[in-house]
Amino acid sequence: MAEQTLVDDIAIISKRWKNKEGSLIMALHDLQSRFGYIPRDAALELARQMEIPLARIYEVITFYHLFKLEPPGKHVVSVCMGTACYMKGGEKLLEKAKETLGIEPGETTPDGEFHLQVARCLGCCGLAPVVTINEELLAKVRAEDLENHLSACKGKEEGKGDAS
Amino acid sequence: MTRLTPNDLSALRDQLRAAEAKTFVSVGMSTCGIAAGATPVFKTLQELVAARNLPGVVVRQVGCAGMCSREPLVEVRVPGQPSVMYGNVNPELAEKIIESHLSGGVPVEECRIPSLEEMAVFPGDPEPDSVNRPLQTRIVMRNCGLINPDSMEEYIARDGYQALAKVVSGMSQDDVVSELEKSGLRGRGGAGFPTFMKWKFTKASKGDTHYIICNGDEGDPGAYMDRGILEADPHSVLEGLIIGGYVIGAEKGIFYIRAEYPLAVERIEKAIKQARAAGLLGKNILGTEFSFDCEVRLGAGAFVCGEETALIASVEGRRGTPRSRPPYPSQKGLWDKPTMINNVETLANVAQIILRGGDWFAKVGEGKSKGTKVFAVTGKVKYAGLMEIPMGTKLRDIVMKDGGGTSTGKPLKAIQTGGPAGGLIPESLLDTPVTYENLQQLGSMMGSGGMIVMDETDDAVELARFYLGFCVDESCGKCAPCRLGGRQMLTLLNKIADGKGTKADLEEVKKLARAMRTASLCGLGQAAPNPVMSALRYFEDEFTKRLVG
Ligand SMILES: Cc1cc2nc3c(=O)[nH]c(=O)nc-3n(C[C@H](O)[C@H](O)[C@H](O)COP(=O)(O)O)c2cc1C
Repeated sequence: MAEQTLVDDIAIISKRWKNKEGSLIMALHDLQSRFGYIPRDAALELARQMEIPLARIYEVITFYHLFKLEPPGKHVVSVCMGTACYMKGGEKLLEKAKETLGIEPGETTPDGEFHLQVARCLGCCGLAPVVTINEELLAKVRAEDLENHLSACKGKEEGKGDAS
Repeated sequence: MTRLTPNDLSALRDQLRAAEAKTFVSVGMSTCGIAAGATPVFKTLQELVAARNLPGVVVRQVGCAGMCSREPLVEVRVPGQPSVMYGNVNPELAEKIIESHLSGGVPVEECRIPSLEEMAVFPGDPEPDSVNRPLQTRIVMRNCGLINPDSMEEYIARDGYQALAKVVSGMSQDDVVSELEKSGLRGRGGAGFPTFMKWKFTKASKGDTHYIICNGDEGDPGAYMDRGILEADPHSVLEGLIIGGYVIGAEKGIFYIRAEYPLAVERIEKAIKQARAAGLLGKNILGTEFSFDCEVRLGAGAFVCGEETALIASVEGRRGTPRSRPPYPSQKGLWDKPTMINNVETLANVAQIILRGGDWFAKVGEGKSKGTKVFAVTGKVKYAGLMEIPMGTKLRDIVMKDGGGTSTGKPLKAIQTGGPAGGLIPESLLDTPVTYENLQQLGSMMGSGGMIVMDETDDAVELARFYLGFCVDESCGKCAPCRLGGRQMLTLLNKIADGKGTKADLEEVKKLARAMRTASLCGLGQAAPNPVMSALRYFEDEFTKRLVG
């Protein structure tokens, strides 16, 4: 039996979506914005309350890039690798982010501060290259500025939701 | 707001228009604007206007005007005077604008840029002489940057929901279809299928329930016109959706929007609530028998979900894998019911076509490509942004005139249109007028309207590799030609790009391309070889010079 708070959290999500046809993806978005990722016990509880087989839930989670199975770290850093950003130095930014944080895309720093990921176009191509840190979108970023942006985050409480 | 009838709507419009005789200081506050620093500019303007006690001056937020590289944008509109646009505004410049322009009546020249009226012709404007004609014609983007997207009243003041009122109070479903037929409107989501046919077929499909879906997935990396429209003028898309629902006999509509666009989602959700409260959505719309409602569903990061059958699977809460067609969604779509799927930009055209007539719309454009297309012009271009261009405009004019040429000052090499399904068009062919057919003939396609500008330092092989890598990552894996063919082709292309490929490898790439094109299940795999093949068509030497042996 899952913990009561978890049961209650999921009940809110389940109540919102259970009677709407085909709303599993919406429920998973709610769940991820509550926990920052999709913990296994939360997926189990969602399966129980929404009466959806667990396998169906995992089948969906693993198909879509945005759903995470691991806790993402306090600050989610997304380097945009859409075409415009790619052409205007997105790769250099990614290199810089990897070097500064010491991790590869998809990984979280050992202290749990940063999660690095690659975004497939954030639709801000006019301001390329762009990076988001949590919900904040940084425009026309230069590699030398990225380090400052990252160190400015350290210690700040934030995270969970992210825009990619 | 109380529930409106068609007469109320017109009265409200006139009343709102009369109240508009104020000086507006508008700040572009869409995703791009906010990222570029519009929030502190907005605050500064608000504070200064309050502190200086400037009567009749209203500071407000508006959506994106499309001049993305010059954000933050501030527009000053004094009644009876031409509007003035300012670009790259920061709080200091904002203060100057208040001091000099609003208090002293002298515009601030140092950050002045062409105004929207100098850049574009708007529906209903007198046709300008051909010599001084602005390059853009704004039908879809007519309100972008001019209204506050969170205000339904501002949309109504600019003829918002008049087309819906016209439809529900006197047009039959066939009338609407025939107006669309006259207009020549074709789908803006990629394939360019005639919109009237899709509406006609779906309407004719038998079934107790029909659905309409607005495709706001916009997965093409490098295109963001749908985000721009949804964020700047959500009601115009909603109005198109409601009219579509009326025509096909749907009671329910869905906005499928990618989760990467939180502000677009927020604004469309707000628009839905406002429309519902005003009786423009829900039961007995505008006091008639017609009832229709809609909701928003989010994507979760999968490019293939823009493909219509995959999109349906995703709306049903499943993995977004496509299936073979027929049956087409118009016959068997969401929950196996007849379903009409239209792109955001397609729907945003509908209200103007109804209001001004299909013939009016068909006057813009060339050949079988009528009306305008919004392009997201980015890459190595001086003024990156959204540009709504009449079909038939020369590609070169788009890049050189509104785009201002290359950002680097180096010679232009090529442009890439159509995103991962499109291809390169070399500089020598840029005098081609832009139409669906012309782009296809050049080996590219219209696609969603991304236009990436390359200067001579950019490498055709690298860009081909980038797009193919994208398609390989985004392949859903359902069919072998796409899943295996794409990966094999990428391996070979990597080998060639790294200077280790042979002539035989290049031949193998071409063979794989043919197989993928003919045997893939959906458009993703069928079109994935396009960027590579078009790079080969125009820049083969960049491949061959890397070959060994
Ligand atoms: C791989 C793939 C991705 C697509 N992505 C989109 C998209 O993001 N937005 C869109 O409107 N259409 C997209 N389409 C086209 C849709 O399948 C469909 O044709 C379109 O939404 C129909 O609307 P329209 O007739 O108004 O253009 C995509 C097609 C394919 C094959």
